[in-house]
Parts: sequence; C-alpha cells; structure tokens
Amino acid sequence: MATATKRATPGRVKGETLHDGFLRHRNFRWMKIATLLSLIAIAGYFLIDVQPRHNGGSWYGYGLGTIGALLILWLTLLGLRKRSMTRGRWSLKAWTSAHVYLGLSLIVIGTLHTGFQFGWNVHTLAYALMMIVILSGLYGIFAYATLPVALSNNREEMTQPQMLDALRSIDRQLHDAGQPLEHHLAALVQSSLDQDPFGGGLIRRLSGRYPNCATRAAQAAIRRETAYKPNLGEDPLEKVDALLVRKEAILARVRRHLKLKAMLEVWLYVHVPITFALIAALSAHIVSVFFYW
Amino acid sequence: MAESYRIAIVGSGPAGLSAAARAAQLGISHVLLEKTDHLSDTIYKYQKGKHVMATPSQLVLRSDMDFEAGKREKILGTWDDQTAGHKVNVKYNAEAKAIAGQAGDFTITTTKGETIRAETVVMAIGTQGNPNLVRCPVGEGATVQYQLDDPGEYIDEHITVIGAGDAGIENALGLAADPEQRNTVTIVNRSAEFSTAKDANIKALLAAEAIGRMQILRETTSSAIDKGMITFDTRDGEVKVRCDRVIARMGSAPPRGFVESCGASFEDKDGKKVRVAGTGIEFSSADRVSYPVLSPTFETTTPGIFVIGALAGYPLIKHCMNQGHDVVEFINGNTTLKPADEPILVGKFKDLPGKKSVDEWLEFLRTNITILDALSPLQMREFMLDSEARFYRKGETIFERNAPGSSLFAIASGSVLVQVSPADPGITVPIGSGLIFGEVGLISGRRRGATIIAAEDSVCVEISRTAALRLQSQVPAAKAAITRISTERQLLQMFGSGLTSADLGGVLDGATIIPVSAGKPVITEGEEGDDIYVIRSGSMVVEKTVGGKPVFLSYLPAGSYVGEMTLIAGGRRTATVRAAVKSEVIKLSGAAMRAVMEQKPALLEKVRRDMAGRQDVNAFIEAKKDSFSGVVDMYSSVATFLVDQGVGEATDVLLIDENLCVGCDNCEKACADSHDGLSRLDREAGKTYAHLHVPTSCRHCEHPHCMADCPPNAIHRGPDGEVFIDDTCIGCGNCQRNCPYGVIRMDSVPPKKPGLLSWLFFGAGPGPGEPSKKWSYAHAEPGVEKPKKAIKCDMCSGIEGGPACVRACPTGAAIRVAPEDFLSVSRLEREES
Repeated sequence: MATATKRATPGRVKGETLHDGFLRHRNFRWMKIATLLSLIAIAGYFLIDVQPRHNGGSWYGYGLGTIGALLILWLTLLGLRKRSMTRGRWSLKAWTSAHVYLGLSLIVIGTLHTGFQFGWNVHTLAYALMMIVILSGLYGIFAYATLPVALSNNREEMTQPQMLDALRSIDRQLHDAGQPLEHHLAALVQSSLDQDPFGGGLIRRLSGRYPNCATRAAQAAIRRETAYKPNLGEDPLEKVDALLVRKEAILARVRRHLKLKAMLEVWLYVHVPITFALIAALSAHIVSVFFYW
Repeated sequence: MAESYRIAIVGSGPAGLSAAARAAQLGISHVLLEKTDHLSDTIYKYQKGKHVMATPSQLVLRSDMDFEAGKREKILGTWDDQTAGHKVNVKYNAEAKAIAGQAGDFTITTTKGETIRAETVVMAIGTQGNPNLVRCPVGEGATVQYQLDDPGEYIDEHITVIGAGDAGIENALGLAADPEQRNTVTIVNRSAEFSTAKDANIKALLAAEAIGRMQILRETTSSAIDKGMITFDTRDGEVKVRCDRVIARMGSAPPRGFVESCGASFEDKDGKKVRVAGTGIEFSSADRVSYPVLSPTFETTTPGIFVIGALAGYPLIKHCMNQGHDVVEFINGNTTLKPADEPILVGKFKDLPGKKSVDEWLEFLRTNITILDALSPLQMREFMLDSEARFYRKGETIFERNAPGSSLFAIASGSVLVQVSPADPGITVPIGSGLIFGEVGLISGRRRGATIIAAEDSVCVEISRTAALRLQSQVPAAKAAITRISTERQLLQMFGSGLTSADLGGVLDGATIIPVSAGKPVITEGEEGDDIYVIRSGSMVVEKTVGGKPVFLSYLPAGSYVGEMTLIAGGRRTATVRAAVKSEVIKLSGAAMRAVMEQKPALLEKVRRDMAGRQDVNAFIEAKKDSFSGVVDMYSSVATFLVDQGVGEATDVLLIDENLCVGCDNCEKACADSHDGLSRLDREAGKTYAHLHVPTSCRHCEHPHCMADCPPNAIHRGPDGEVFIDDTCIGCGNCQRNCPYGVIRMDSVPPKKPGLLSWLFFGAGPGPGEPSKKWSYAHAEPGVEKPKKAIKCDMCSGIEGGPACVRACPTGAAIRVAPEDFLSVSRLEREES
C-alpha cells in the first residue's frame, strides 16, 4: 500500500516513478488486466451455451482449465524469480503485483472451470487446495498492507541485533547487580536470566503474550519487597528493580517485533507448501481427466 | 666522540630499509636508526595475519629487499632475514630528536642523548608521527605511558586513562574488564560528548560506567600528575584523585614540526627558540596535507637531507622501497638512473603522436600548460602518474553533457569547442591551447555541463581529481588560475544569455569565495542586502518562516544561485538560505551585477524568469499554509530530516518506505548475489523519519569522503556517477574510517555457492544472499589466502537493469533518488492535487 498522502498523480517527476507500492504498481495495471480477464471469463460463462450444463470437460471448460493451470505454474515461479538475481530490466514489484491480481483472478477462472460441480474426488481436492492457497495469499496482502507501519514504529530505528544486544547488556548488569541480594531474591533474578524469554512456540510468538514471563514475575516480587522501604538510592534491590523494569520494556519491544515479523511470514508456511500440494493434485487431476477421456 | 657515517637513514620502514640495504650492498658506511626495538614499526603494528598488498602491480620493484603480497609475518620475516644477510647496520631504540648541521656534517641527536654524525641524512619516517604528550607538569616518579600492550598485566592499581577516543576507551575497557584485577579505572574526556569514538565503544563505556566498573570524568583536563596522585581541572573546580599510572591516548601529531626544524638555524624570540625563516626543510604550502619540497633526487631545501617514502607523498610500499634504492644511488653519484616509474610513464605517452622521450613529453606538457608551469620535474612525474595524456582527432568528443566526471582537462596543444547550448550543437565557444576545461566537475562533483569536442587534432591531459587537488595545494598560482577560470565559466554557463567573459570582468573582480559550514545561513530572512550568491560546491536549502516555523521551500544543488529577488525587486530578503552540507559560495556584488544586467537585457530577462518561478513557490506556500499546514509541515520536516542525514551531499541515495517494507531483506540478498556474495547495504540500520528510512548504504557523495585518503588511489567515480573501488584496493581501511555514513566494510570474497536450483531442490549450499561466515570458512579453498578488501555499493554499474536492491524489492519499498528530484516543492503541489 502506498502512503495515504500519495494519491494518483499523472506526470510524475523523474526519480519518483518507482515510488508506488506493489498494489498500485503502474496505476493498478495488473488489477485492470485481472479484472478484464475475470469479466471475460464470466461473460463467456453466461453467453456460451454449453449442453447439458457448464462443466470442466466442455471446450470452454478445457479453455479455462488450461488458462488456470498455466497461471498456477506461472504464479509458482515467483518464488524462483525472487531468489534468482539475474541481470535485466525486471522488477520484482511488478511480478508481485501481477502475482497478486492474477492470483485473485484464479478464484473466478478456477470456479467457473468447475462448473460448480463438486464432489469427494481429486478434482475438487485440487480446487480446494487452490482456494486455500488464495485465501492464505489474501491474508498475506492484508499483512503486507497493514503491518510494515507497525513494525517500523515499534523498532524506532533499532535493528533486531541491537535489541538483542541491549537485552544481553541488561542481563549482564542484572547478573552483577544480583550478587549482593539475599538468596530468595537472587533466585528471582536468576530465574529471569535463565528463562528463554521468546520460547514457547508459535502461538506465543504470534500472540505476543507470555504469561509465564519470569522477568515480569521477578519484577513484581521485588517491587513488593521494595514498595514499603524508603528509597535511599543505595539499596542494591532498587537497582535490580530498575534493571528489571528496563528489561521488561525491551522484552516487550522485541516480542512485538517478533510477533509482527511472524505475522508477516507465517502465512507463507501455508501458502508455499499447499502450493506444492496443489501442483501435485493438479497433476493428478489432469492425468486422470485425460486417462478417463 | 660520536660515531660518524656517510649516510644516516632515519626510520626503518620499507623506504628506510631499502635505502639501508642499498647502502650496505654498495659498501657505503651507513647507519639505520629505528626508534623501536624492531624493524618497520608501522607494518609491525598491523594486526596479526593481515594480508599486505603490493600495488601498483605494474610498477617494477627495484630494491635489495624482497617484497611481494602476503601475510604481515612473512614480509617482516623476510625483511629481518635480509637485513641480517646484507649486514645492514641497524641501531634500535634510537629515536632522532634533532638534526643539525649542514651537508657533509650533520649531527643527529637521539632522545637518549646519543649523537650520531653523518655526511647525508635520509629521512624515511613516514607520516604516522608521535603520540601527543601530556601537557601538564609530570612530577618525579609518576608513571605516564602512551601505549598499553596487555591490560591483563596490571592488578590492584588506580589507573587514569586520558583521552576518550577509540584507543583510550578500548584501553580503559580492557583494564576494567576483569573485576578480579581489582583495578580502579578513570577515563578523562575533555568535552561532555565522545565525538571521536565509535558508537559501539561509547555504548560499552557508558555500560561500564552504569555498572560502576569505571569512572568517567567529563569536561575535565589533567592539571598535574604526581607520584600516586593526579589533579584534574573539572567544571566544578580542582579534584585530586589517587593514581598509580597514567595512560595517555590523545592522538598523534604529524611529524611536520620535527622535519621542518632539521638542519635549521634557530633564534631567540620572546624567550622561545624559533626557527629562522628560510632555513630547515621547507614544505610546499601551509596545508595540512602538504609535503616537503623536493628535487628530482629527493633532496630537500636543506642540501644533504633527503626525504623519501610516505613523508615525500608516496604512501605505497613499492614506491617507498624503490625510492630507498634510488636515493642511495643518487647520493652515491649515480645521476643517470631513471626512476622506476619510467615504464608507466612510457605507457602513458605511447599513444601520442610524435616520438618524444618521457622527459621531453613531461617538459612539453609543463611548458605548454599554464597551470603546470611551476612544477618541478619530480612533481611533474608524480603528477603524470595520476593523470592521463590523450590525443583527440579533430571533431572527436572529449566528454558529453551530463556525463559524470570529476577530472580536469588541460590542453597542451590544439584547441577544443564547448557546445554551450543543449538544443543547438552549432553554438560553440572555443578554448585554446594551454587552458583548462572540465573544472566544474572537479569543483562541484556534478555532471558535465556541456559537450566538448576537439576543434583540431589536440593533445590534452586529463587530470584526476586527486592529482588536481594535490596540484592546487602545491602550486598556489595554479589554484588561483583554476579558481578564477572556474568562477567565470560557472557564471557564464549559469546565466547564459549571450554573456561573454569580457562582460563579467567587473563582477569577477569583486567576487569572493566564502566557505560555509553545514547549517550556517548565507542569507537570512528579513535582512537587507542585494548580493547574489552562487553555490560553488555543496548544496543549500531555502527556508521561509511561516507561522513561527521554518518551512522547507527548496533544495539548491551546486551550480545554482540565490539572492536575485532583492536585487531586482528590492526590499528585504524573503527567505533564509542555509548550507545543507559544507559548501562554498561565490558572493557577487549586487551593484556590479546590476551594471551587467543594465547592459544585457537578456540576462535581466533570464533572472526575472528564475525569480518568477521562485516567487510562485513562495506564494504557493503562503497561500496554502492555512489550508493544509499539516502537509506542509510534514514535507518540511521530512526534507529537513533527509538533509540532516547527509542526503544533501548525495548524488543517488537508497531510501526505504517503511509503509511498504515487510523486512524480507531481499534487497540485501539481491545485493550479495549480484556482487561476489557480499552485501553492500544494511537495510535495518540507519535513521527513520515518518516511515522514510535511510538505510546504511552508499550515497555516492558529490565529494566522496572515502576518496580523501586512498593510498593506491583505487576509488573512482564511474560512468553512471557511481563511486566505486577498483581491484587495486590494498585493504588499508582508510576509506572505511573516513566514511561518515559507515557504508564501507572490509571483507574477503566468500567461496562460490552452488546454483539456486540445487539449493531449492537438494538443499545444497547456503541459499540466496550472503553466506554465513561459518559456511564460508568451511568451504574456503584450502591454502588460498583471500585478502580483506574494502567493499561498497557501486550502484550495480555494468549490471543490466540497474540496482539490484530496487529490482528485487517485492513491495516497491526500496527506491533510489537524486536529492534534487526528491526535495522539490513540486511533490507538495502534486500531493495536494
């Protein structure tokens, strides 16, 4: 998504022509193409009289199926294009733009290709897999359009290694500051140092909630200790308290960072493997269709 | 009785060693003075295992010592062996403190008080200089040291480190690292900020302070050092602290003062010993980067004292060694010896018409080109090493309008034509023999302003930027000539309107060149004045106060002018013009300009037109300030942010729109895969404002800081405006240190990866992007040493399709822009529509 202030402006100056997001690329060129393709397919569906009813085996159905299958293969190639830094005047943004809109047009083409005939067979399996891929892709568009701003706001010019460095530095200070404490308090600090603050699996990562956070527990316990003592500025506990508060703040930032990064990536773990399953099902679909010609 | 020798060589670096070896071979009585207890201290201090390179590769080595690229240890080992083999008379721990006397009878006094007598002295002391000493009084028995070899050897001590640069901070951190040593460490910094140290060091220091490992005294200087005690001058008064040891790390001074005083006579002035003018060794100018004046045989202005090596302006090892050999030959009376750079110069002149020897060509160029007139034959040789002599047939294009280039051209014979109008190549202005052209590129770093073709068969010298700068510092007359011509041409080109140089005579006489430091205004809104300012180098921003806040109006690159409004329309200045980066402006007197405009209505017309454009922008901002002040504010603050990030001196900068960036790092991977597997950009690092992120990546500055001090002169500006480092890089790291934006890294090329498909299908290799250090190490070709060289963005020059980072961005977040396109108010107008 482009910024809100960037409305369509004809006659851009040099150097700025590139500054469009993948969704707005070249004034929505691929959205227009994909819409046109879908409209033609829909119009064809209603104008062409196939007897006894629309199905995948008519000439029109074969036509849609061929277009759909080729599109699926081409859409898969984005993964290759992204990683293969060849020379030449290509732009991955243009590819992404085409990938998004042509991929969405598959909803129309694929559905019309079925002729709305579904069943418990490999043909419908291929269709279902395709829809899963497209739906995960839709989530991806949503994530790409909304999350980058939050990611940028959260990190405030810090890089991920810098955040982790800051965390390690606080840990070292905590370790030193915890030495003079009584045993049960030192154990609290130690529990904060020992815990992997980002462990706990995918759900934790995606939710950003860590209910068993030892740092928070330690901070709360130490705050209970210090709450009724006067702050003379020389109590080692006060220092530990301050350090734990700082650690919590930085932990919150890293956790938000990891959560956003995970949300930006997690859908690919559905999108890509299911694509391969789809290609397998699609092959089976095509082979079986021709086998039972 | 002092020892007496025919030649005394001061400094045992490559130059001094080579000279001593030659003297030993020739059987001349000699002594090699070395201030430390080992040879070649500069190379000795390189980090362990550093790969030392031997450039320029086309230069033949002429020395009794061997030298080829290899590990530091191997090179030092070879030299140690050969020094012993040649029976070189080395005197270790002998640091020369003073050199007095005249040719045939010099006396060298060492810091230990020894004296050595010699007929001739060869100075090969390099430019590293000596550590700055503490200036406060040091009492009896106090320990002050200027180096820290092993922080682990001090225990239970109160140690004060003076100087909070990188060296000082690293020392202090080392001493405080292990609490078991029970050292009490104090570090003293003169100011409140740590301006000279690396960010990582400052962070580590502050962290160490936070946990109480050490004490930092800010805005403090030491006032007295006594045994067991140090006295500080702090902001709050005098403080005494226990101190067993002082480690002073306050930088080092170039050895110029010492060199100048060699062989000089002194007189008493106000109770101080002052060098008598005209005695001692003269330097070419008062510039910080000037070198001693030398004859073709490396002899200084004090007969009998010779200077070679880095101090003579030749920082490369091979040059130094050749000079060491040559200087001893010269001293020994060998006058027919041709310098070792002869073959290079022969190569430079071989395509020119007419058979002339190198010396004849040098003399031909020197006498025919006005600005070279004052050069000595040795300087002329050195000058030609960095320059190219070219022959152009009649009608041949020398360079085209808008081509990038920072070199200066001088016409040795023939003449050229400047196509002043882009529309009609028929309109030309001739430039005759002996004169220069292309100076705009040299001064401002901007693209060429006009196409130049040869008017007849011509011989021109293309002077590289470095050579031109050195020439200007060596020869003041050349500098004045270049400045006047460039000012005149810049005005002619900028104003056009059929002006000739004759019209501008009056304006030029009153013109002054004013340096402006970054952020300083040349024109302030509301003040009186009708002078016109032409931006000679750097860039400016124009701001107007609207509703109490400065609003960014426009960005002016070098080659534009400001101040015409009050000149024509009268009244007070309507906007403030500030330097975005360190700049130079030419101030033209308003009265003189008015006189020219009265004579030339076309000029008046042109200035009026320019002014109308600017008034439109002013009016636009004024009119819009109420209706969409939010957008104006936004634009203004983003522009200010970018200028603060050094975009003002950029020619092409990578920006990332963080509204779009999903953090996939495909830009970095693409960069690595397009360049030998090493990424030249760090996407995540860098400043961000309003979601506009300036990543750590080269901006291809107009005047690249990295070029300032490159011993092999390996950094150039390429045909597309890109600043790139070529293969002759010796990996010294100067450019990395000089780059204010931290975009240069030192690394060796990783081994080749398996192809993309074998990774995709079989998981072979590390996949796209830069391979991990671990993988590179495991798959390195055994026995092959790969040197660490400087690498940086080259704007993917030569790669079809342009910068890989932009091509490979899946969402369109990465863009490359030139500042003048990006920082224009036209953006604002369009955004509003």
